[in-house]
Amino acid sequence: MKKYVSFFQLRFAMGIQYRTAALAGIVTQFAWGGMLIMIFRAFYQTDAASFPMSLSATASYIWLQQAFLAFFSVWMMDNEIFDSIVNGNIAYELCRPVNIYNMWFAKSMATRSASAILRCFPVLAVAAFIPHPYGIDAPASPLHFFLFVLSLIMGLAVTVAFTLLIYVLAFFTISPQGLRMVFISCVEFFSGAVIPLPFFPDKIRSFMELLPFASMQNVALRVYSASMSAEEMKQAILLQVFWLAAIAAAGKLLCRFAEKRIVVQGG
Amino acid sequence: MITMEHVCKSYRIAKRNAGFVEACKALFHREYEVIHALSDVSFTIHDGEMVGYIGPNGAGKSSTIKILSGILTPDSGTVLVDGHVPYKNRINHVREIGVVFGQRSQLWWDVPVIDSFELLKDIYSISDACYRQSLEELTELLNLSELLRSPARQLSLGQRMRCEIAASLLHRPRILFLDEPTIGLDAVSKLAVRDFILRQNQTHKTTVILTTHDMQDIESLTSRILLIGKGQILMDGSLDDIKSGNESIDATIAELYRTYDI
Repeated sequence: MKKYVSFFQLRFAMGIQYRTAALAGIVTQFAWGGMLIMIFRAFYQTDAASFPMSLSATASYIWLQQAFLAFFSVWMMDNEIFDSIVNGNIAYELCRPVNIYNMWFAKSMATRSASAILRCFPVLAVAAFIPHPYGIDAPASPLHFFLFVLSLIMGLAVTVAFTLLIYVLAFFTISPQGLRMVFISCVEFFSGAVIPLPFFPDKIRSFMELLPFASMQNVALRVYSASMSAEEMKQAILLQVFWLAAIAAAGKLLCRFAEKRIVVQGG
Repeated sequence: MITMEHVCKSYRIAKRNAGFVEACKALFHREYEVIHALSDVSFTIHDGEMVGYIGPNGAGKSSTIKILSGILTPDSGTVLVDGHVPYKNRINHVREIGVVFGQRSQLWWDVPVIDSFELLKDIYSISDACYRQSLEELTELLNLSELLRSPARQLSLGQRMRCEIAASLLHRPRILFLDEPTIGLDAVSKLAVRDFILRQNQTHKTTVILTTHDMQDIESLTSRILLIGKGQILMDGSLDDIKSGNESIDATIAELYRTYDI
């Protein structure tokens, strides 16, 4: 276990040294978040009653989404891992007494955490001072805040497990680009990264909420502003646990299979 | 002890002629050629031996190293390294071995070298005392004290290579696989690395298997030579066996390759 903690620590330490990237990220997040809120405002002005979430809840959703972008953006994948598979540096990793899957899990968690830690506080701090209903509200209750943190971490773990599936699949293809594109598009749409899930028609939504993608950012961001009932929250968090276990098990199995048939090419 | 018996490994390689038309044809019909990287390779290496594993490009040297280090599964044959089948129980096997791939890097690119070392300490669960001792010894012998605090990306190839070798030895492996360890090194570093490997073998009784194209490496390090060509072991003997008169080592080896037509 200690070795995976060390992987986490080293990757985390490495992640927080990229200051300029973080600064650029923060600027992007403000521009993007502001733009989204302006779009939603225009919709709400037409008929606020026909929307499933209040404008302030939507604004909180968007600011949290921007603050924790690094947790949930599937497109932010670790190119080092892809490179090591494509160019064969994975040979070294395979010569060590480590489980490849667990090592990647620790690394990916660290990369995302480091990147989010650098970016979330400035975004949250500024968004807290933006006037109601365009800024971020305080959490609905201490319980909601606790559940928010819990589901945020679970969502991160589900997202990481999902990206690991893509890394492992890269063992089987010569170039991982195609797989990446397909998976990224699916996740962006079905996870509520483009439009929050409550905005979808009821029938489609009830199906989408069962998919693994809904266990990523959707739960935490909605729990925060209490746009889920207690029963819904319980179900959603249990579903997160289920998907994390299922995706991680699938990934581990696939990884074991890949290790057996792997051929590291070139001298 | 390392034994390989009747090991075979073949790869399937897609081949086509040059040009656009050929590329279009390959869309519909692909020609594959099966390359026998290793066909019926057998040898035994005893504890504490230093063996030079030589052969022309594409002879199967790296494939052998990969099989021995557990990252490649052979098609047939049996491989035993200290009683373990390397590719069966990879994690247990790799605890005992150290590998240097001269063409690749194991150091973390953007952090100081010492951070990579500390990580390796945890990966191999090396005790503090043991780690400190190894690190001191390696730092002194490979002259690393100036390098440890710099990020790996800012080291020159030779400097990095010395760190790579140190990284592979921190856990005191009983068997060391060196795949072209002196590639791109200057004269001083080359001598330092050779000296170091020799000492490692003498003081720690480390078994060393070395593949290289630098025949001076072979001459100064190994007592036994395995010659591989076209996937087969062609010769197993000492350097003196093949040396005739006052020829340089390079000429001797070239002559050897010519004799076996490889």
